[in-house]
Amino acid sequence: MDSLWPALEPLLDEVQRPARYIGGEEGACPAPHGPGKVAWLLCYPDSYEVGLPNQGLQILYEILNERPDAVAERAYAPWGDLEALLRREGLPLFSVDTHRAAGDFDVLAFNLSSELVYTNVLNLIDLAGAPVRAADRAEGDLLVAAGGHCAFNPEPLADFVDFFVLGDGEEAVGEITEALAAHRAGGRREVLGALGALDGVYVPAAYEVSFAGASMTVAPRWPEAPETVHKRTISSLGDWPYPKRQLVPLTEVVHDRLNVEVFRGCTRGCRFCQAGMITRPVRERPGAQVRTMIEEGLRRTGYDEVALTSLSTADFSGIEQLVADVVGPADGAGGAGCPAVTVSLPSLRVDAFTVGLAAELQRARRTGLTFAPEAGSWRLRQVVNKLISSEDLEAAVEAAYSQGWRRVKLYFLVGLPTETDEDVLGIAGLARRCVELGRRHVRGASVTVSVGGFVPKPQTPFQWFGQNTVAELRRKLALLAEDLRGDRSVKLRWHDPEATLVEGLASRGDRRLGAVIEDVWRRGGTFQEWSEHFDCDLWLDAMARRGLSVEDYAYRHRSEAETLPWDHLSAGLHKDFLWQDWQDALAASGLEDCRWTPCYDCGACTGYGIEHVVASASPPAGGSQGTGHAPPVPVRLGAGRELAGVS
Amino acid sequence: MRVRLCWTKQGRIRFCGHRDSARIWERAVRRADLPVSYTQGYTPRAKIAFGLALAVGQESVAEYLDVDLRLSQEEAAGLAADLPERLSAVLPEGMAVSGARPLKPGAASLQEAVTSCTWEFALGPADRGLASDWVGRVQSAESLPLERERKGRRTVSDVRTAVGGLRLADSRSGSVLVAELGTKPRAVRPAEFLRLTVPPLAAGRIRRLHQWIMRDGERYEPLAPPAGVLAPTGGAPAAAGCRAVPAAQPEVCAE
Ligand code: SF4
Repeated sequence: MDSLWPALEPLLDEVQRPARYIGGEEGACPAPHGPGKVAWLLCYPDSYEVGLPNQGLQILYEILNERPDAVAERAYAPWGDLEALLRREGLPLFSVDTHRAAGDFDVLAFNLSSELVYTNVLNLIDLAGAPVRAADRAEGDLLVAAGGHCAFNPEPLADFVDFFVLGDGEEAVGEITEALAAHRAGGRREVLGALGALDGVYVPAAYEVSFAGASMTVAPRWPEAPETVHKRTISSLGDWPYPKRQLVPLTEVVHDRLNVEVFRGCTRGCRFCQAGMITRPVRERPGAQVRTMIEEGLRRTGYDEVALTSLSTADFSGIEQLVADVVGPADGAGGAGCPAVTVSLPSLRVDAFTVGLAAELQRARRTGLTFAPEAGSWRLRQVVNKLISSEDLEAAVEAAYSQGWRRVKLYFLVGLPTETDEDVLGIAGLARRCVELGRRHVRGASVTVSVGGFVPKPQTPFQWFGQNTVAELRRKLALLAEDLRGDRSVKLRWHDPEATLVEGLASRGDRRLGAVIEDVWRRGGTFQEWSEHFDCDLWLDAMARRGLSVEDYAYRHRSEAETLPWDHLSAGLHKDFLWQDWQDALAASGLEDCRWTPCYDCGACTGYGIEHVVASASPPAGGSQGTGHAPPVPVRLGAGRELAGVS
Repeated sequence: MRVRLCWTKQGRIRFCGHRDSARIWERAVRRADLPVSYTQGYTPRAKIAFGLALAVGQESVAEYLDVDLRLSQEEAAGLAADLPERLSAVLPEGMAVSGARPLKPGAASLQEAVTSCTWEFALGPADRGLASDWVGRVQSAESLPLERERKGRRTVSDVRTAVGGLRLADSRSGSVLVAELGTKPRAVRPAEFLRLTVPPLAAGRIRRLHQWIMRDGERYEPLAPPAGVLAPTGGAPAAAGCRAVPAAQPEVCAE
């Protein structure tokens, strides 16, 4: 249980950005290790700069360290230069808190926020000194755990991870700690059996998965394993005011600011959005608690920027007043003559973005404003259920320009179901219209259009959709680029279609994909999230070697009868609700937000006896609030009931 | 009112670069609730002027910075005595403030004023003999040409007059070489110094011990100058000067 620091320190003189390995962040609070304690190494499988701000890991880090029976430290993927030195010197993955070897911990737990980090997960298990395949691990080896959004289809990593946690981890980590402490004397099989019996914990080894041609069957192998594993949901965010001591890094990281989560869950019902589907229902943090967390957080950290995080922060009850309070008194100055605190709202719905909110935001330092219309036409926005009208978008963009912003970012997806070239070109039209509006208010108004390729995600209505091929995405992007050529006020950026393909393979992959991930890792394919390291050919070659077809995994439409690889795992959403929503999507029929309208029983609340926690019973002011615009659109309320023209 | 601080950077925090340190300082002055002046405009920044950058991995017991406070000269003088404690409490481990004094209006910036730095280079236990030969060669050289690249162009300049005060001393884990390197017109960096003669000298941890201002034939440290630069404090408190680290005191120099 010794610190590896004396061995690591000389290596740090030889690597880039060594500050990411030293720990010592303000707020770091590892509890002392001790006999009987369960030791967790919480790992973000990407670089420190990307991983440190992850709020999920920070929350669990604090909760575990507050427990008398647990200790938690943090690790991040060492960059390639350090990894090479570690392997040369025979040194393992280490925690940045006390620089202990990963092998000194009981659990190595990963946060999975993107499919492209899967090969890093394998690399880190290996660097930690454990066998990469779960089946090869023996008594005394690390238990490998994973959670986060990608855990809702864990099958591609099933061969490598001992257990997954589905949904909110706040309560589950405590129960897992207790089960581990109670059963570890009984050995690995007993421990995993006990974990698999906990709500929200999925132990892949406890299930037999077999394939016969195109069909797949799943059956529990262990008596204690449930037929279906259900996600965990904390009923009240107010009970969990974490992180209480957000980590303040000593070196620059992404999102380097105070982050306060104002609500979890989203019921806007965007059909492409896995985050919105799997985190239902909406649970707002009480306004008073939000204010306290901001006030104390700013004082403690010295940050001058706070991000109010959620999936759609403009929907938070009383958002305008909250922002006004944080920014400070109307003379534009915060306390003691300091400049006003900058508030950033990372995800903004245009139909809830008002001139008032724009005015409050601009009083402090201006951060970028990003709106996500997602699709270029009203028809396609109905398909994806992003029910914002062109008028909503124009009003929001105009509000921004009128309050002095010069550049607005618009985010779109291409490759959406039913998309036509007209829809794609609609993106260019919208962007140009925004610039036109901007010119009324500011000189040099410009728009940045970011285009991502759509990847259908498990546990969403689009889980049955065959994604666009790389060639098709390229064709659409070229169409858009051609249309915008010569237009200097619209800047176009896009995500690499090949990366979209690989995300798609892993997103809806099954257990057979594990061999592909291992193959890519063994051939050096780590840090695939980084464009300079991403290598599509590694993936395509591995697919071919394993006899798996890209067509089958990514491009094929699934049928209603087909067993999906994640059908034995539930995010609460009834499969028939998702199928109906998929059919409605194809009919370009929208679905209202159940936070402010009657429940249509998707299953997320009704199945678990919980409900929305929303301070305001009515939508925030402004925009058309997800109801679209005239002409009236059919909006489905309740299971299958169609009401025309609800507004 | 501008206040000059002397601070230290030792241990793990030495792996943070100049930009990282600047961000740590910006947060520290807010956490300490100092009445700092801010720049105007869209992105107001605390008015903090840093001196000569310290490279990643190097330690220092003699870093300086100037911070503008919205205080009168008298108020600033009163506050200065509290600053070492108040700021050290909110700085990360390894960083601490060792002295603070108000500056006279119009005093030259650190970048302009500092003319040389004293550096300490840790040597392994077995390197003493090699180092002593190396020092002899540097001292007896008539010229010390240093090849550097600037904006893609190679230049060679003789830095003989910018190198002095070479001295070897014992330390707990071996020995140390101490040298004073000039910063004008262009600073001789520690790494450049080590390759002034062939073969280059291999050294371990590098630490800045002093920064010096040479003016009118007198040499002094940025916090302990003769009259004329610092604002009068009315009986300088003992904490006013940078806690002296005698250059030849090896026990503070190595671990
Ligand atoms: S169960 Fe009802 S209220 Fe809850 S998220 Fe689903 S539709 Fe909305």
